[in-house]
This record gives sequence, C-alpha cells and structure tokens, in this order.
Amino acid sequence: MENQTQVLEPKKAIEKTTISGAEAVIKSLLEEGVKLAYGYPGGAIMPIYDEIYKYQDQFTHILTRHEQGAIHAAQGFARVTGKTGVVFATSGPGATNLVTGIADAQIDSTPLVCITGQVASHLLGTDAFQETDIVGISTPITKWNYQITKAEEIPSIIAKAFYIAKSGRPGPVLIDITKDAQMGSLDFLYEKCKGIRSYAPKPEMNIDQVKAAANIINSAKKPFIVMGQGVILGAAEQELKAFIEKSGIPIASTALGLSGLESNHPLNVGMVGMHGHYAPNVKTNDCDILIAIGMRFDDRVTGDLNRYAKQAKIVHFELDPAEVDKNVKTDVAVLGDVKETLAALLPLVEKREHQQWHQEFKDLYAIEYDKVIKPQLEPIKEGLTMGEVIEGINKETNGDAVIVSDVGQHQMFACRYAKFTTTRSQVTSGGLGTMGFALPAAIGAKMGVPDREVIAIIGDGGYQMNIQELGTIFQTKIPVKIVVLNNSFLGMVRQWQELFFDKRYASTEMVNPNFVKIAEGYDITARKVSKREDLQGAIKEMVASKESYFLEVVIEKEGNVFPMVPTGAAVSECRLS
Amino acid sequence: MEENKTYTISVYTENNLGVMNRMSGIFLKRRINLESITASQSEIKDVFRFLFVIKTNEEQVRKLVGQIEKQIEVIKAYYHTDNETIYQESALFKIASDLLFDDREIQNIIKKSNANIVTVARDYFVIEKTGRRHETEQLYQDLKPHGLLQFVRSGRISVTKEPMRISEMLANF
Repeated sequence: MENQTQVLEPKKAIEKTTISGAEAVIKSLLEEGVKLAYGYPGGAIMPIYDEIYKYQDQFTHILTRHEQGAIHAAQGFARVTGKTGVVFATSGPGATNLVTGIADAQIDSTPLVCITGQVASHLLGTDAFQETDIVGISTPITKWNYQITKAEEIPSIIAKAFYIAKSGRPGPVLIDITKDAQMGSLDFLYEKCKGIRSYAPKPEMNIDQVKAAANIINSAKKPFIVMGQGVILGAAEQELKAFIEKSGIPIASTALGLSGLESNHPLNVGMVGMHGHYAPNVKTNDCDILIAIGMRFDDRVTGDLNRYAKQAKIVHFELDPAEVDKNVKTDVAVLGDVKETLAALLPLVEKREHQQWHQEFKDLYAIEYDKVIKPQLEPIKEGLTMGEVIEGINKETNGDAVIVSDVGQHQMFACRYAKFTTTRSQVTSGGLGTMGFALPAAIGAKMGVPDREVIAIIGDGGYQMNIQELGTIFQTKIPVKIVVLNNSFLGMVRQWQELFFDKRYASTEMVNPNFVKIAEGYDITARKVSKREDLQGAIKEMVASKESYFLEVVIEKEGNVFPMVPTGAAVSECRLS
Repeated sequence: MEENKTYTISVYTENNLGVMNRMSGIFLKRRINLESITASQSEIKDVFRFLFVIKTNEEQVRKLVGQIEKQIEVIKAYYHTDNETIYQESALFKIASDLLFDDREIQNIIKKSNANIVTVARDYFVIEKTGRRHETEQLYQDLKPHGLLQFVRSGRISVTKEPMRISEMLANF
C-alpha cells in the first residue's frame, strides 16, 4: 500500500529548487517556524546532521547527553511555549531511547515531532546494523507516525506531522526517514498542511449542549469544577476565569491543570486527586453538579470510580470525543474547543455567589491546614520538610517561576505547595510518571522562556536517572536552577511500603554520591543545605544567580505526603495522616 | 454488567501502511480477542474497509470505536449488531477424491448443504460453502467424520442495512 492519505492540494505553485532530502528536512522545519531542536547524531541520520551544520546560523541544535534527555527537553520546551517540540535521533538505539519520552508526550498531550534516521530502504527488514522497527514500536504511543523512503515525500509529510502534532488534542508524531531518502534529491516546494480528510481535529460546538450545560449549572446548589490541562492547551484561561467569576463556583485543578488559574484566586480551592487537597476531594462526593473542563478522569484523580461523585450530575467540557463517558458517565457532554464552548456558556450562566458552599470548603481547608500544611510549613521537628523548601521558593520568586518537577513525593509537594501566577508554569510528567523527566525538561523549558526563572525540583532518585544532562547545561550554559530534595530514599515507594507493606523497605533506600562535587565537576555553582537556618539564604542565592545553580536540600528521611486517597478508596475517604 | 453480544465493527480508512497495526494495538491493549478480521477495498476508490467481529458489551464496543475513530487515517468507524447487518462467511473443504466413490454418504452431505464444487482433481476435490457461521459449521461437522484433508474459513464480510454515507462525508472535505 502506498501513501494515499488525501490532503488539501497546495493552491499555488511557488518557486521550486532541487535539493537533498536532508536539506529539505531542515528547510521544512524552518518553514514551520522551528529554529530549535534537541537531539543526538548517529550513522543513519548523518546527512541531516550535515545540514544542521550548514544551517547553524538559522537553526540551533542542542546536543543532549542521551536521546531521552533530548525528548524530555523538547517536551519541556513545548509545555511552556505551546509550540511543537522537535527531536532528532538516529536509528536503532537512538530511536528506542526516545520511547519513554514519546509515551510521556502521548499521555500528557504534548505536541512533538520526532525525526529518526533509518537504515537505507534496501536494507529494511534485513536486521541491518542499527535497524529497528521504530514505526512498529512507536505506533501505540504516537498520535501518528510514518516512514519516509523517498526524498520527494519529505516536505508534505513534515507539513502533515506538524499539523497533526499541534491541532486538536496535541500529541507526539514520529517521522522515520531512511538514509537513502535523506541522500536523494527533490524539487523542494513547501506548503503547510491545512487539513486531512480522515482527521477532524476537533468537534464542532453544538450550542444545544452548551444550553443544556447552562441549565444544569444554573439549577445547582452545590456546584464544583475540576479543570485539567485542556484549559491550558486550549488557551482558554481567560474564558474559564470569566465563567467562574460570574457563576461563583469553587474550582480545583488536576495536577496538569495547575497554573491555568492563579493559585491565589479566591475561587481556587486547590488540587484534586490522590495527594490533592482535602476539601476538593471530599466535596467531589458532596457536590450536586460536577463540571469537568478539559480533563479526563484519570484514576489518580477519581480513586474508586464506583464511588466517585455518584450523587452529582456530571457536565463534561471536552475536545476529545473518546474521553467522554470513558471513565465517568456524563449527564451533559459539551464537545468542542473549551475556548469556544466556555465563551458561549458565559452569557447563559447566572450570576451567583454560593457563599455557604464556599464556607464548607474553607472549613475543610482549616482542618487540612492544622493537620497537614502547618506541620509542613512550620515544622517543630528538626528535619527539613519538602513543603518548607517549596514555600521558600515561593517567597523568593513571588510565584513567578516555572516549576519543573520530577516524579515522586517531591512532585506532589511541588504541585501542592508551589504558587503560580502565570499559565504554563507547571511542568511535570503527569500521566506516565517518568522519573528522570525534570532535569532535561527544565533545560527545554528555560530555552522556551529564557526571560523567566525556571526551577527544577527533583528527588535524589529521579535526579540520577538523567543526571548526565548536567553535561548539556555545562556545554550550553543554560541557566537552569536545580533543587534536589534528598531524603536518601525513593520516597514515594517507601511511603507505600510504610503504609501498605509493613515498612519492608525493599530497594528504596539510596546511598548517594556527593552531589555538590558532581555539579562542581560541570562548573555549576553548588550548595548543600541541611539546617533550617541556612535554607532561605541558599534559595535567595540560587534565585539571584544569573547562571545555573545546584541546591541540594537534605530532607527528613521518612516524611510522607498527605492527604492521601489510597488506591481503591473513594476520594471522600481522603486520609490526613 | 451488560450482556455480551456479537458486534461487527466497520472501519473506513485511508489505504496506508500501518493502519492495521494501529487498530490491532487498540484491541491488544484491552485484551480483546477478535472473532474475525477482514480487510478489503471499499466501494470508494482508495478507501479501505476493515471488519472486526468481537463478542463484548455495548459500552466496551462504543469505547473501542471511539479509540479507533481517533486514529488519524481512520475516516469513520461504526459498530453494529447482527440484526443491523447482512453478513456471510466462506469456507473451503478439501477432501480426498476416493471418498466420493467409497463413501456414498459424502455425496448426500454435499447435495444437502448447497455447497459448490470449486475444483476436482485425481487425488482431491474442493468444495466451497458461503453462509452464516452455523451453516459452514454444520457442513464441517458433517464432513469431519469422513475425513477432511484441509478446512479453512474466512472472516466475516458484512454490509449494513442502513446507508453509511462515507462518500458524502469525503465529498464535503
């Protein structure tokens, strides 16, 4: 079967020039406005790297120390900018090293175009050196993928790749290009993709659905909103804010939706989910209308589905039709781009205050503050807590920093305690839970928003999963701030072992190296803090630094993240200790 | 739990490499066993039609169709119950020619089944039966005691009673 996907035909012929396939790759990227990519060279992608060399005045390539670092950096860039991240890798191991990042981008809806080199087409299927079926391997974890074997396919396929990656619900696309296609020649003609006949990026808004949603919302006595990353991906932050301020409805966020609404907004009641805030979790099972906006009812958000918001009518604003009724049955589904549907909803909702209902959230927050938050922020114990470190960062940055977190306890502390004033300021591996994500993602994030402070918050475990990317920081001098919260444990797994496996700490205790010396080996200013009186000064010094800075904070060894909705429990059974 | 039924999933796709792999992954991920798969050219030029038959409940099949339709190169996917479709399967039976003379019962079975003779050679002959599963199955059960050299059955092919309107959809692009 040949590639016969029907796309809109270019309307006018523009100037044609005969160039190599490899050059066409770079020219196509430039046509898409891409000036920055991450990657790692190798045999099967050398013709493309030769063109990267020739185009270095127009196109920047960041050499990471591992392909996984390259793809996480591209994800970090995409998450803070909303643009499509671009990654290069060679065939075989280069391509397979991208797999974790591709899966991460797929589950967290991050737009990426990954370009891999492939052995020459006459060698395909012969188990040639560094041949691997990356199209087959990446099929279940890409939004789309394609293998190019002829140079003349390059411009149209790259145009399609960017269109697919960014439109509708974003996601990763992988384009595998055989070496002979890179070396072949073509008449270069670039036309951006404007549509694909088999692909509808987003459903058309149906105003009847919006009206039905407005009727339910107007009838509500105890309405509650859960927003997800869809609000950020759809650039609907202002529409959301206008809606909540008029309707007066308390709103919580999923982990990935954080920063879509500023943390100190009076209607913002925090985060839902396994380690979310007490009030929104408990009130999920008390509200009469649950309004989900751009979120997908992940199991970490819902806990036991059979006991999730059963008393409530569910209204779901969603772009992806396959997410509707997937985990939670809706009463009204409003399909479409949330930027459009929320704007259409605004004039239909009635002005409300819901004062009594808000008071119920405040009362529960007071309980959580006493039992959980205060002991974190004003500890009476000697050991430093993760919460006080994050709070210390809030003070120095006024909540204006981009916080890139890894995976584990520190991630939940970052999500719970970091204050955000600006959208796209919270970058973390949510759906896949990829340890090792934060250090390279912070590099990409800082390059995406060079004028903003970017702080990576990482555990001692995850830090060592992609620690080689300190080399990328060393070579590029990208001023990323790195905070390692070191409790000498794989803390989240240890917490579960404590709570559910009778403290049998199987393979979770870590004997760590001298992190300061390692950072200094890469010429990064480094400091280790183990006493409370030194903490704020060190954070201040880090934030004041114009260059990259490494701060290790020694944390109490066996601290736990609470509240917690244990696996299989209802969200309202949220534990405070 | 809803009761399991037989559903036919019809998928119209672009005629591209890899589409089958993408769709089979959706079933694999959810540990769904396929009763049959058929792929062929559809009534529209350059558009392929896949038919998957599965036994499941309506909620599951609806979610599967949602995931399939989400694939970039899938034009449209539908699911139907047996009542909503006209469907057939084909089966081939290879039998030793001697049996036709040694075992008179075989002739009666073939006549009764309305099967067609596809080919007759010195050593063997091949008959074909098209119909519902229970019909090809009945012929298989009838012939098996007499000795079958080979037996094979195709996947289900089906058309829906209701119009699909794919051409109109594509014309609007």
